[in-house]
Amino acid sequence: MEYPQGLKYSREHEWVKVEGNVATIGITDFAQSELGDVVYVELPEVGSEVEANNTFGVVESVKAVSDLYAPVTGTVAEVNDQLNDTPELVNSDPFEEAWMLRIEMSDASELDGLLHADEYKAFVEEESA
Amino acid sequence: MSEAGETLLRTSLYDTHVRLGAKMVPFAGYEMPVQYTGVIEEHKAVRGAAGLFDISHMGEFEAKGPGAADFLDGLLTNNIKKLEVGKVLYSAMCREEGGIVDDLTVYRLGAERFMTVVNASNIEKDWEWMAARKGADCDFRNLSDETALIAPQGPAAAEILADLIPGGGNLEAIAYYTASEREVAGRKILVSRTGYTGEDGFELYLAAGDAPHVWEALLSAGAGRGMLPCGLGARDTLRTEMKFALYGNDIDETTNPLEAGLGWVVKFKAGDFVGRERLLRIKEEGPSRKLVGIEMLDRGIPRHGAPILAGGEPAGAVTSGTMGPSLGKAIGIGYVPISHAGVGSEVEVDIRGKRRAAKVVKTPFYRKK
Repeated sequence: MEYPQGLKYSREHEWVKVEGNVATIGITDFAQSELGDVVYVELPEVGSEVEANNTFGVVESVKAVSDLYAPVTGTVAEVNDQLNDTPELVNSDPFEEAWMLRIEMSDASELDGLLHADEYKAFVEEESA
Repeated sequence: MSEAGETLLRTSLYDTHVRLGAKMVPFAGYEMPVQYTGVIEEHKAVRGAAGLFDISHMGEFEAKGPGAADFLDGLLTNNIKKLEVGKVLYSAMCREEGGIVDDLTVYRLGAERFMTVVNASNIEKDWEWMAARKGADCDFRNLSDETALIAPQGPAAAEILADLIPGGGNLEAIAYYTASEREVAGRKILVSRTGYTGEDGFELYLAAGDAPHVWEALLSAGAGRGMLPCGLGARDTLRTEMKFALYGNDIDETTNPLEAGLGWVVKFKAGDFVGRERLLRIKEEGPSRKLVGIEMLDRGIPRHGAPILAGGEPAGAVTSGTMGPSLGKAIGIGYVPISHAGVGSEVEVDIRGKRRAAKVVKTPFYRKK
């Protein structure tokens, strides 16, 4: 299981990469391995608003439908359309190719509530114990 | 994860599954493997080579004696009396009102000896329903706990199985929907050429204690031929691509065999059976709805319970749905009014509050090239 350093993590198993005021988000390696084969991803449109801890889309494996929760509040600046046709990227490369949204953050202080890699790893190990 | 206080049963292959790294989930009261390496990989192994399933959770009842044929024939919609020794028959079992108690397979193992194989979730209900209707000249026993059932399925299943039988077992003699005893990996087994995948393959009935040995032997023989252990996840996608009904999803006591596309197992001319009168009336009046296959035109996967709209009005519901790994398409099974049941009819599926276009298509969804 990978837990890349330098990213922030939510307890809903999303990762956040911060560059200036833009947060790039996706789901973690742990999340994709729990889901199994991802076959469908539904994301919001560019320009829509997402709110921290609210759902912004869904990811579906063969068997299950799971909600995606926004780790921060803001405006969707970019959407990874590649996932429409190749949702399996979520399994093969969750931290790079399978990024989902870039969000223009409206309140960067929300990042303080997220976990560091080591904290998230401990959280996962505790949750799956 | 199991609910607090719920005791889950285990098949005799439980330890084997855990050792193979299977992800175990509760299903019909059993702790069963849902996948080993991945649903799609397992699905494709069955279509292209072979897969091995543990379906020991299913129930087996034996009916024996001079009254056995009459007993089953009076309960089941198919013609049991006509069933020849060594052959297998698929049937529905209905209430008086026509609702489906269960769908099952019937094996005629001797002139006066039958085995019925029922869904795991229905073992208790079926047993009560059937045992209460048994005549005096028939011995009826529940063999579910002592019987294991493992299913090698796929185009390579026959040659893998043949490897484990002295002299190859002459498996050509076991035609589709027939069964015969063989010694497989040194164990006495009822070899049935049946399955739930749409591929050639077998279902092997054996003593529960023999299952781990035979399972290992099959996986070893299949290792060089692309065989994978497969979980219930792949079993479900494979059967959905074939539009094989799953009890509890597509059929239940609120549905009847005629609307569910199972009219071919209802034999009105073969004498009386429970539900015959009501079903005959439905047949004469024509069913009001039909279980059809749909394919999504818009994005989205139709899932069990999603409403189906016809002409903009609520018209039915999806009973099964998935991304079909061999199709690369989102497919569903569901009930629609007769007016919209024809191939090509356009309907909509309400997926998370959004209406998505879909159309009725020919089934099975998947056809071998």
